[in-house]
Amino acid sequence: MKVALSWLKHFLDTDASVEEIARTLNAIGLEVEGVEDPAEKLAGFRIARVLTAARHPDADKLQVLTVDTGEGDPLQVVCGAPNARAGLVGVLGLPGAVVPANGMVLKKSAIRGAESNGMMCSTRELELGDDHDGIIELPEDAPVGTPFAEYRGADPVIDIAITPNRPDCMGVEGIARDLAAAGIGTFKPHRAEHQAGSFPCPVEIRTDDPAGCPAFYGRVIRGVSNGASPDWMQSRLIAAGQRPISALVDITNYVMLAFGRPAHAYDLARLSGAVVARKARDGESVTALNGKEYTLDPTMTVIADDAGVHDIAGIMGGEHSGCTETTRDVLLEVAFFDPEHIAATGRKLGLTSDARSRFERGVDPQFLDPGLDILTDLVLRICGGEASEIVRAGAPPVAKKVVAYDPTLAATLGGVVIAEDEQRRTLEALGFTVDRNWNVTVPGWRPDVDGAPDIVEEVVRIHGLDRIESVPLPRPAGVARPTATAAQKLERRVRRAAAARGAHEAVTWSFLPQAEAAHFILRQAKDGRTMGENATAQTDGAMGDPASAHAEPVEAGALAQAWTLANPISEDMKIMRPSLLPGLLMAARRNLDRGAAGLRLFELGRRYLRAPDGASDERLTLGLVLAGEKTPRGWASGKAQSFDAYDAKAEALALLAAAGAPVENLQVMQEAGPQFHPGQSATLRLGPKTVLARFGMLHPATLKAFDIDAPVAAVELFLDAIPVRKAAGGPSTGLRTSFARAAYAPPALQAVTRDFAFLVPAETPAGDMVRAVKGADKASIVAARVFDDFRGAGVPEGRKSLAIEVVLQPIDKSFTDAELKAISDRIVAAAAKLGAELRG
Amino acid sequence: MSESDENRLAAALARLDAAGDVSEVEAVRIDALGKQGWISQALKTLGTMDPEARAAAAPRIQALRAELSDAIAAKKDALEAAELSARLAAETIDLTLPAPEAPRGTIHPVSQVMDELAEIFADMGFAVATGPEIEDGWHNFTALNMPESHPARAMHDTFYFPDRNAAGEEMLLRTHTSPVQIRAMQEQGAPLRIIAPGRVYRSDSDATHTPMFHQIEGLVIDKGIHLGHLKWTLETFLRAFFERDDVTLRLRPSYFPFTEPSVEVDVGYSLVNGKRVIGGSEGWMEVLGSGMVNRRVIAAAGLDPDEWQGFAFGTGVDRLAMLKYGMDDLRAFFDGDVRWLAHYGFAALDVPTLSAGVGVAA
Repeated sequence: MKVALSWLKHFLDTDASVEEIARTLNAIGLEVEGVEDPAEKLAGFRIARVLTAARHPDADKLQVLTVDTGEGDPLQVVCGAPNARAGLVGVLGLPGAVVPANGMVLKKSAIRGAESNGMMCSTRELELGDDHDGIIELPEDAPVGTPFAEYRGADPVIDIAITPNRPDCMGVEGIARDLAAAGIGTFKPHRAEHQAGSFPCPVEIRTDDPAGCPAFYGRVIRGVSNGASPDWMQSRLIAAGQRPISALVDITNYVMLAFGRPAHAYDLARLSGAVVARKARDGESVTALNGKEYTLDPTMTVIADDAGVHDIAGIMGGEHSGCTETTRDVLLEVAFFDPEHIAATGRKLGLTSDARSRFERGVDPQFLDPGLDILTDLVLRICGGEASEIVRAGAPPVAKKVVAYDPTLAATLGGVVIAEDEQRRTLEALGFTVDRNWNVTVPGWRPDVDGAPDIVEEVVRIHGLDRIESVPLPRPAGVARPTATAAQKLERRVRRAAAARGAHEAVTWSFLPQAEAAHFILRQAKDGRTMGENATAQTDGAMGDPASAHAEPVEAGALAQAWTLANPISEDMKIMRPSLLPGLLMAARRNLDRGAAGLRLFELGRRYLRAPDGASDERLTLGLVLAGEKTPRGWASGKAQSFDAYDAKAEALALLAAAGAPVENLQVMQEAGPQFHPGQSATLRLGPKTVLARFGMLHPATLKAFDIDAPVAAVELFLDAIPVRKAAGGPSTGLRTSFARAAYAPPALQAVTRDFAFLVPAETPAGDMVRAVKGADKASIVAARVFDDFRGAGVPEGRKSLAIEVVLQPIDKSFTDAELKAISDRIVAAAAKLGAELRG
Repeated sequence: MSESDENRLAAALARLDAAGDVSEVEAVRIDALGKQGWISQALKTLGTMDPEARAAAAPRIQALRAELSDAIAAKKDALEAAELSARLAAETIDLTLPAPEAPRGTIHPVSQVMDELAEIFADMGFAVATGPEIEDGWHNFTALNMPESHPARAMHDTFYFPDRNAAGEEMLLRTHTSPVQIRAMQEQGAPLRIIAPGRVYRSDSDATHTPMFHQIEGLVIDKGIHLGHLKWTLETFLRAFFERDDVTLRLRPSYFPFTEPSVEVDVGYSLVNGKRVIGGSEGWMEVLGSGMVNRRVIAAAGLDPDEWQGFAFGTGVDRLAMLKYGMDDLRAFFDGDVRWLAHYGFAALDVPTLSAGVGVAA
C-alpha cells in the first residue's frame, strides 16, 4: 500500500519526520518496503519563465526559447511543445537532471543545430500526470528560480506491506490510527456529515443472497457532472499507484484507499429494474472492468438488474454499467460481502482486485453508513447533484466481539511487563474499549482479533518488541542428552561414508520429467510390490515366489501409481521420484556434457511411494552413480579404466556395512530391474524377500533414454529395509545403549590354510561354491575365499576352474593328518553336489 | 711374538684391505682360520706345549685370531653395505611422478548445515523430528489455522496432487515444515522441543526462488514459555551458528496464521568488502519468521492450550548456508555440478562438533 505523507497527515496531526514515521511503522508491524521522495526525483528541475520564443530556423515544429532561470543570464532552450510561448512560467530541467518518466539524463546539446541548455517539461515527463499535450503551465506569480519540488511541496510516498490480518490498514486512516497509538501524533478520523436525501431512492435495492451479501446499502445522486477529479485527489491516487479516470470512479477508489472501504458507482441510465444482490445463474457471464469476460456459477454472488449481471460482487464491476463522462445519475453501492464467499469466488475466477483483497480479509461491518456518507459528501462536492434517501437492504453482521483479557498475559505470553494503564491506553488508542474487568471490546475494523493472545500482540507491538528481554530456556542439569534417532544416525553415517569413499553428495529435485520417471517405474508385481518396496523392514524369511519381484518396463497403469503433480511448474518437474537414480543420471549427463570424464555422485533422500490409506510412503534411499572413467589413463596404470559392476558391488556392500546392515548374511540374487544390464546386475537381499540394495551396470537402453554415452554403474540402497538393530538403543527406543563389547578371545592355536581348485560348470555362481564349501564343516571352516576364476587352456569347454582358499581353525588341539583329510573329503563332497570336481 | 706371525698377519690384513668381493675375503679367512690355516695350526700347537710356554703363547695367538676375525667381519659388512648401496642406487625411481589418486568426495552444504543445526539445537535440548513431504491439506493448512477460505492459503503457491487421502483431504507438497509441528505434538505430546529440517515446495521459480528448497522449523511447547524465551533461543542459535558474539536481532510484529503474537526476525549485518556479513547492525535482513504458537494450532494437535504454550520459528536452510559460506546462487544447490560440489562441499571428516565449533573455516 503506497501512501503519500500528506494523505497520512490528513488523518494524523504530527511533526514527525518521514524517517521517524517509517521506523515506527516497522516497529509496530507495518513493514515499510520503501520510501520514495519526489524531492529526489525532481532534483535539478526548477521554475523558469520563457522570455522569448522564436521559430527554429531548421525545424517547423520546434521553437528556440530564451528562459529566465532566476539566476545568471537567460538560457537558450529548444522546445517542441505547442504551448511554449513568451511569458509562460513552467518547469525547466537543467543539464544533469534525470527525467523521471524515462531515466534520461539531460545534457547540453544541439538540436538541429540550435544549442539547448535544458528541457521544459510536461506533467507526464515528471510522472505527475498523463498530460503530454504541452509543457507545464504554472501561475504567473510562481517564483522563478525556486526548485520545483519545493514549490510543489515535497510529498514523500511510503510503501507499506500490509499483512493479511490487517484489512484496517488497507486504508490510510487505519495506518494513521496505528501510528497515533504508537505515539506519532494525534489521530484525526474523518467523518462526513450525514445527508438525509431530498427524494426517495428511485431504484429498488434488494439482497436475495443474505449469506453472500448480508447488507446492501445504496442511494442515487442525480444531476452529477463527471469530469476530472480535483488535483489533490489525483495526486494522492497517483502516489498510491492508481490511475485517475473520472471523478466518480476516482471518488470510489479514494474512499477505498483512504478508509479501506470498497464501493461501487453505477451509471443509473444503464440499469433497468431492481438492483439485486443474488447468486449467479449457471452459465451467466459478465464482462468486467478489466475488459475480460467471466463465466459465473451459482456459488458466486453478483449484483444484477433485470437485464443481467453488472458486478461480480465485491471483486470487480462490469464494463456495461460503469460511470463515464456522460453519466448524469449515479447509483452508489456500499455493501457487506461475506469474506469466505469473496475468497472462494476470487480463487475460482482467478481474479484479484483491490476490492477483493479488502473484502476477503474483512471490511468493517459498522462502516456502511459512514462510508456512504463520505462518498455522498465527495460526490456532491466534486460532481454536484442531489442525493436521494438511502436504501438499506439487509443488515451487516455487527455483533460485538468481547475478549476476556488478563493484563498479566503481556508478561507470561509476551515476555515483557507492561503497566496496566499503558495497556489500557494502547488498546483505547487502537479503538478497543476496555471495561473495569478487562473485558475488551473489539472494534469492527479488527476482524483478526478474537482472543487474548491477539490483545497481547496489540499491547506488545505498540510497547515495542525491542523491549523484550532474552530469557534462557530452562536447561536440565548436566551435559546435553543425545537426541538423534537410530534412523538419523544411520543417515549421517551412510552419508559421510559415501563421501569418504570418494563420492560427491548431490541434492536433486524431488520431481522428475515424465519420460525419465517412467523409465524407473515398474509394473506392479504380482504381490503388489514394485522394486524397492519391501513389505516391511523385517521379513520373516518365508519363501515367496521368486518371480513375484520380477519387474518389467513401465506401462501406463503403473505410471498412474506415481505421485503426479496437478499443477507442475513445468513438465520437467512433474512426477515425484520413485527412485533416486533418474535424478542422479540427469545430473550425471549435465556433468558429462560439461566435460567431466569420470563421476561419482550420490544422493541420500526419499523416494515417494503410496501408502494404502492414500497418504504418501516416503522411504530413505541412497542412490549412487559411477559414470565414465574410474581412473584416468596413467603412467603406471596405462589406459583409462571404466567403472564396472564390481565397483558398484563394493560401494553397495561398504555403504550397507556403514548403515549397520548384516552384510555377511546377504545373498546376491538377480532381478535388479529392467534399467540394469541383465547379466551384470544383482540385488543384495536379507533372506529371499527383503531387498536391501540393487547394483550393477545400467542397461544400454537406460543410458540411451538419459542421453548418456559413457558406461554407468549404479547402486540403490533401500535404507528403510535395513532391520533396526536392537542393540542400537538410543533415545527413541527407550533401551539402554550397551557399549561394552564381547570379551576378546583370540584362538589359542594357529589357523591352517588349504587351497582347493575345482572344475565346475561355467554357469555355477562362485558364491554358491563358496557357500557349499563353508557349509562342509561349520565347526572348523572359518573362511573360504575365491582367489582364481580361470577358463581357457587346460579347462574343458563349458567349465571353469575356481580356486578357493579355505581357512581351518583348530579349537583345542592341532588338526591331525587324518582330521585334515576328513575335512578335505567333506569339502570335495559338498562341492561335488554342485557338479564340481577337484582338479588333479 | 714371532716375527713371522706378525708379518703374516700384516700380509693377511693387507690382502683383506685390498679384497674387492666376498670370495677374496673368504680366501683370506681360509688361509688363516680354515682347518689348515696358519692361525688354526698355531692354535693346535698350544696343546703340545708345557703349561708355562702355553700360558705365554696362548694370548698372543688368540689375539692374532681375534684381530683377523674382527677385520674379516668388518670387511664383509663393508662389502655388503657397498653392494646394498649399489643395488638401492639402481632402484632409484622418479618420485616427481604422480602417485595414484584417491577420489575426494564431499558432503552437500545443505546436509552439512543441517548437521550443524542439529548439533547446536541438541545442546539446547531439541531433538530432530520429521514428517512427510507429500502432505494433506489438514496438516499443511487447516491444523495450522489456515482453513480453506484463508487468504494466506492462496498465497502459498502450493503444488497439488489430484489425489485425496482416506480422510478426503487434498494431497499436496508441503509448503513449509510447519506440519511437522502438528505431527510432533500429536505423536509426542508435551512438553516438547524439536527442530524439523527438510524439503519444502512452492510453485515459484526465479533468480532467488526454486520450486524446492529447505526449511528448518523449531518448536517449543511447555509451561510458561514466552516471547523472551523465543528471543533468547534465536539469539543463542544464531550466535552459535555464525560463531560470532555480535549477532544482533531486531524483532518486528508480523502475521502468520499459526502464531499469535507473530514476530519477524531481522538479523543485523555489516558490510565487508561489499558483501553482507552477519554481525553488527549496519543493516538488517529478514531471516526468520516466528511467534507464540496459536492456541488453535495447539488445540488442533490435541493439546490443551490452557495448559501448554510455546513458540515456533522457521527459516531457510539454504539461506543460512548461503549467508555463512558465501554461495550466491540458490539454483546451483540443486544442479549436482561436481565442480560446484567440490568447491562448496565439505569433507567427510568435517563432522560438526560443539568442541571444535560447528562451522568449517574457509
